[in-house]
Amino acid sequence: MEFADKFQKDFYLNFIKDDRWRYIVNGLGVTLKVTLFAVLIGIVLGFVVAIIRSTHDKAGSMSKFLRGTLNVLNFLCNVYLTVIRGTPVLVQLLIIYFVIFASVRIDKSFVAIIAFGINSGAYVAEIVRGGIMSIDQGQFEAGRSLGFSFTKTMMLIILPQTFKNVLPALGNEFIVLLKETSVAGYIALEDLTKGGDIIRSRTYSALFPLLAVAIIYLAIVILLSQLLKLLERRLRSSEK
Amino acid sequence: MKNNAKIAFDPEKDPLISVKDLKKKFKGLHALNGVSLDIYKGDVVFVVGPSGSGKSTFLRCLNRLEEPSGGEVYFEGVEITGKDVNINLHRQKMGMVFQQFNLFPHMTVLQNMIIAPMQLQKISRADATEMAMQLLDRVGLKDRADAYPNQLSGGQKQRIAIVRALCMKPDVMLFDEPTSALDPEMVGEVLQVMRGLAEEKMTMVVVTHEMAFAKEVASKVVFMADGVILESGTPDEFFNHPKTERLQSFLEKVL
Ligand SMILES: Nc1ncnc2c1ncn2[C@@H]1O[C@H](COP(=O)(O)OP(=O)(O)OP(=O)(O)O)[C@@H](O)[C@H]1O
Ligand SMILES: [Mg+2]
Repeated sequence: MEFADKFQKDFYLNFIKDDRWRYIVNGLGVTLKVTLFAVLIGIVLGFVVAIIRSTHDKAGSMSKFLRGTLNVLNFLCNVYLTVIRGTPVLVQLLIIYFVIFASVRIDKSFVAIIAFGINSGAYVAEIVRGGIMSIDQGQFEAGRSLGFSFTKTMMLIILPQTFKNVLPALGNEFIVLLKETSVAGYIALEDLTKGGDIIRSRTYSALFPLLAVAIIYLAIVILLSQLLKLLERRLRSSEK
Repeated sequence: MKNNAKIAFDPEKDPLISVKDLKKKFKGLHALNGVSLDIYKGDVVFVVGPSGSGKSTFLRCLNRLEEPSGGEVYFEGVEITGKDVNINLHRQKMGMVFQQFNLFPHMTVLQNMIIAPMQLQKISRADATEMAMQLLDRVGLKDRADAYPNQLSGGQKQRIAIVRALCMKPDVMLFDEPTSALDPEMVGEVLQVMRGLAEEKMTMVVVTHEMAFAKEVASKVVFMADGVILESGTPDEFFNHPKTERLQSFLEKVL
């Protein structure tokens, strides 16, 4: 009975007393919000970068001005990809918070959304670029031979197929990002991890709050993975 | 539209397509070494020759899917290889059919057919659908309008690819080995559709290995070797009285 007693006491201390469960629930809300918006930014940014890069590689003849612009854009994209994928996301977060937004008072979750969005965009870009490159060249030629411009061929023929192909990988990126946002506590953003850690620092008992945090992450990841599998199956069957 | 300006082009007298000294180089390899050819309205030109002789490259230069390295292509009086030409406008009038069909897998048969007329010629969905259904009926695939491409056989796919191109009401149809990817039992159904087009006096340029078919429907047969046209003539001249040794030995091998 001693164990049950201790369990109950610890549970009360860590979650019930002073409404400490709010740290977990509010933190979960912040984590989900940051992840969701960061993924959206990542997808937009990733598609833009991927389209620029594959246009640069693929598009045929064009005016000197367009080609020059494209070369510059492509160069900038490569710098972005190299820097973002070559440095830890935490360092990027800290730089954006303490250097770029140093002199402005700004919502921390906004900073986190920007930082994780920019980070995610680099990985999404490579996913999407792979997706575009994996579309048969004949699709492209069929579009152009009907009279579609490069842009229209992209929008109507290549990207819809790409999107369908990369959807599972994008879902996976969402899962990865969800876990990566757990370092947001470094800029004192009270996300799920930070929420658990705050409880730990108040109650001096680490097991319960941190275990709760871990279980919540795990539950969300498992749920998302299952949804993703379902989606993949749906996509595959609609092709048949 | 300045790009569509036609310089005194008479479709009954002037060639629909005029190719002058066309050259194409791929990184040191000369795929086309100066090809000249006039194609008139209603012509059914077959292009034959050994593998690697430049047949596909020639065909793909006609609508600039391949960018020529030299020479000119005139289409309906406009030099489409010229600077500042909006090639997209001209391609709308040049249908192309590929060996690998290249149907859009994320669209139904009907969507495949109506997307270009709706997007590029601003034809209403209702009108485009009506036209598409008529064409489908003609090739015996009306009941497959809502199918997706990978629910179709190769022969069906290629028939759809042909009518998809026809939906743009092109003035010329370009075919690059339309039956080469097909199982033998499906070749006939595709050739039947092409035969119908030829009978309707559609201008066609066909790259093929189907010699019997060329003999039957061509108005002119062209023999390509090493990136040039070595010989050309009516099917009778071409197949029964070949002049060059290269063509004679080629015909011996393939007939
Ligand atoms: N994109 C390319 N890059 C480099 N070389 C090419 C390219 N396309 C074609 N070639 C080369 O150009 C030459 C002509 O090729 P082409 O495809 O026009 O021949 P073809 O007559 O159509 O042959 P086949 O009957 O095998 O289709 C070949 O030597 C080929 O290897
Ligand atoms: Mg070929």
